[in-house]
Amino acid sequence: MSRIRNDYENSLWCRLTRWVNGETDPFAGKMEMEPLRETDLVGDSVYNPDRLNREKVEQYVEDMRRNKEMRAFRILYNLASVGLCLLLIAVLLLTVSWLPVLGDPEGPNNNEVSARYVEKGMEEFGAVNMVTNMILCYRGFDTFGETCVLFIAATCVIVLLQKDEKEIENARETDWKYEPKPDAILQKITLVLTPIIFLYGFYIILNGHLSPGGGFSGGAVIGAGLILYVTTFGFHKTQRFFNEKTYEVVKVGALSLYSVTMIYYFYTSANAIKSMIPLGTPGDILSGGMILPINLFVGLEVACTMYAFFALFRRGGM
Amino acid sequence: MSAAENFPCFSIVLCMAAGILSTPMKGKQAKWVTLSVVTLVSLLSAGTLLHVLSTGSSFVYTMGKYPAPWGNEIRAGVLEALLATVFSLVMLFSLMGGMDHLFRNIDERKINLYFILADLLLSSLLAIIYTNDLFTGYVFVEINTIAACGMIMIRGSGRSLLAAARYMVMSLIGSGLFLIGLAMLYDITGHLLMENAHEAMERLVQADAYSVPLLVIISFITVGLAIKSGLYPFHSWMPDAYGHSTISSSSILSSLVSKSYIILLIKIFYRVIGFENIVDSKIVNVLFVFGLVGMVMGSVSAIMAKDVYKMIAYSSIAQIGYVYMGIGLGTEAGMVAAIFHILTHAITKSLLFLSAKGLIDASGRKRAFAALQGSAFRNPLAGAAFLTGSLSMVGIPMLAGFISKLLFAMAALGAGPGKVLVTLVVLAVSTILNAVYFLHTVVRMYTPVGAPEGCRGIHLHPSAGTACALLCLILLNFVMGLMSQPVTDLIQFGIGMFA
Repeated sequence: MSRIRNDYENSLWCRLTRWVNGETDPFAGKMEMEPLRETDLVGDSVYNPDRLNREKVEQYVEDMRRNKEMRAFRILYNLASVGLCLLLIAVLLLTVSWLPVLGDPEGPNNNEVSARYVEKGMEEFGAVNMVTNMILCYRGFDTFGETCVLFIAATCVIVLLQKDEKEIENARETDWKYEPKPDAILQKITLVLTPIIFLYGFYIILNGHLSPGGGFSGGAVIGAGLILYVTTFGFHKTQRFFNEKTYEVVKVGALSLYSVTMIYYFYTSANAIKSMIPLGTPGDILSGGMILPINLFVGLEVACTMYAFFALFRRGGM
Repeated sequence: MSAAENFPCFSIVLCMAAGILSTPMKGKQAKWVTLSVVTLVSLLSAGTLLHVLSTGSSFVYTMGKYPAPWGNEIRAGVLEALLATVFSLVMLFSLMGGMDHLFRNIDERKINLYFILADLLLSSLLAIIYTNDLFTGYVFVEINTIAACGMIMIRGSGRSLLAAARYMVMSLIGSGLFLIGLAMLYDITGHLLMENAHEAMERLVQADAYSVPLLVIISFITVGLAIKSGLYPFHSWMPDAYGHSTISSSSILSSLVSKSYIILLIKIFYRVIGFENIVDSKIVNVLFVFGLVGMVMGSVSAIMAKDVYKMIAYSSIAQIGYVYMGIGLGTEAGMVAAIFHILTHAITKSLLFLSAKGLIDASGRKRAFAALQGSAFRNPLAGAAFLTGSLSMVGIPMLAGFISKLLFAMAALGAGPGKVLVTLVVLAVSTILNAVYFLHTVVRMYTPVGAPEGCRGIHLHPSAGTACALLCLILLNFVMGLMSQPVTDLIQFGIGMFA
């Protein structure tokens, strides 16, 4: 016959299972609590708030001096984490020593794949910058996926942080205290710098097929310019030229044109239909076939996403 | 080239475009766009399946002008098309069945965002199923993770945010290990396309070169994907994530998202590393042991669970254990059983979540077991659906769950001598534990006395969409249970095409 335990909840096994299941810290909450007396309750509300003050109770429970078991557990836990990380580092270092030497001409990753990217990339897709050929054309589907990662990340941040206009206005009063005061030097310099930054960003995007750079890096530069402007002049001034409406139009426009371009490219090339996009002369600004528009779409999406992240974290709306 | 070969590519890009275009829409419009796109995608996937069956061979679709090893590719065989069809159908039914709850639970301004997440999640599921390229697999695993995280937290209550944070941490550890594994794999093979990587791998194994990195690669990729799919000791995000998000999310997450990682793992096993090499590396034994532990511990936790959602969530942990146990047997029969169980679990778990929601709604939205007493009389359809789902999970003949248990048992008989007895015993124990918690709930639902205070006499008629989703899922369960032979043949045929 098995023995029935009355204190099963306190047994080591039960606490271990609950910890593995992510329900609780195994040693937290191990304190005697006075049960609630009926006199403490008036209707549904607690009469004596001090007795159920959550923070106080938690402080008491988490107090390491009182909870020896918990202290031992925490120390053990930290040691185990450090040990695990060291083990992982050791395994990785050991493995790296077994891997082929970087840049070895005989190495396995120096094969026909990279040879073709380098030798024939310009001829096949028309861009002088062979990295762009590779990421936007040869492996265009991956890059389309990566752009969608940015899109969905921005969507998730909106899900998490977006607030009502009203809430934002209410928060403004207290929020203003933490803002830097309008600073004449900063504003003057920003006025000079912002257009240059935007221009430089567009330069990187539009020359993506000719020189190092492209949509991702140029978009990040433009996004940084927007963030600089908004930190100096505040959201009200920025909203005159970049508000939620503009954000949506630019983002949806860029991404939908991007997906139309990609599906056209996939469809024509898989079905061996001649593509109508001319490649142009390599080296010209209007060359590289679909690389130039795609760089533009990616750049706009990246700039929008960067600004959206900043705005949502800063005030919960654009 | 036949027109049907465009279908996989079209369905992936269509889902993405639907997500992008839903951004400026209102919730209602986005809902119709999503529902029609998901329906269209299931039709396209069914078309692909028919096409592959009629030609009898798989096809490769180059995503760009130049084929492997230079450009991206997707590939569709019988197994891929079958999985895509079932997954998009389950997605459709989950969305339909949880629609009322969705519009009630989520902030009105954010409903269209939910549909964006759902569209992109489906596109990533399809891309993971169809991919013929390791890095494409990784990119879409990322989309999958972020979309799933958004679907958990969109409800915005405290517990769902906590669950999303936990999910994110666990999932990113998995992604990180997976990415390190892929990087090293690229380093020793020089290819990302699956076929070319496989050829290089064969050469390496024959020459016995790089055996240490290979072992590390296999373990990193396997452990990373196992963490992401919630194998037993890494499941702590599951109960909260399934219990506190909106019902469509729970249903989609448990039946599709965690399965997609297992499918990617199976693809990598067969199409990149080679199944014999995997069996030689003994990693399957590790998966086998954790699978067995998960089967028992998941069920034990489900028995101890205090509310019905948590119970179903813990049951999912046990079912993931079954799948890994099947893979861990290291035989083709085990793999067929595991894939069959992936399908079974997808249709059954979504059925259970949706019907549990119906029962809880009929009990004054209380989810404790005591409140559920007699709820099957208040919402007969949900009751019948929960009964079917439970019986299927327990493994009663005529239902899908019975067939997968049978396949597991038969696969166990053909496995190595050390694994036969322990598999059969654990399978039996786990089945009994399943029966304990599911039948306990069923009996409570069908006990007529004592409706809880305040909801006596509520008779809930589910909306047309919910009713349709529940009926279709019940039907699918019976179809899989009664006509299992064609399905297992398809799976076997599909695995044969992998090689």
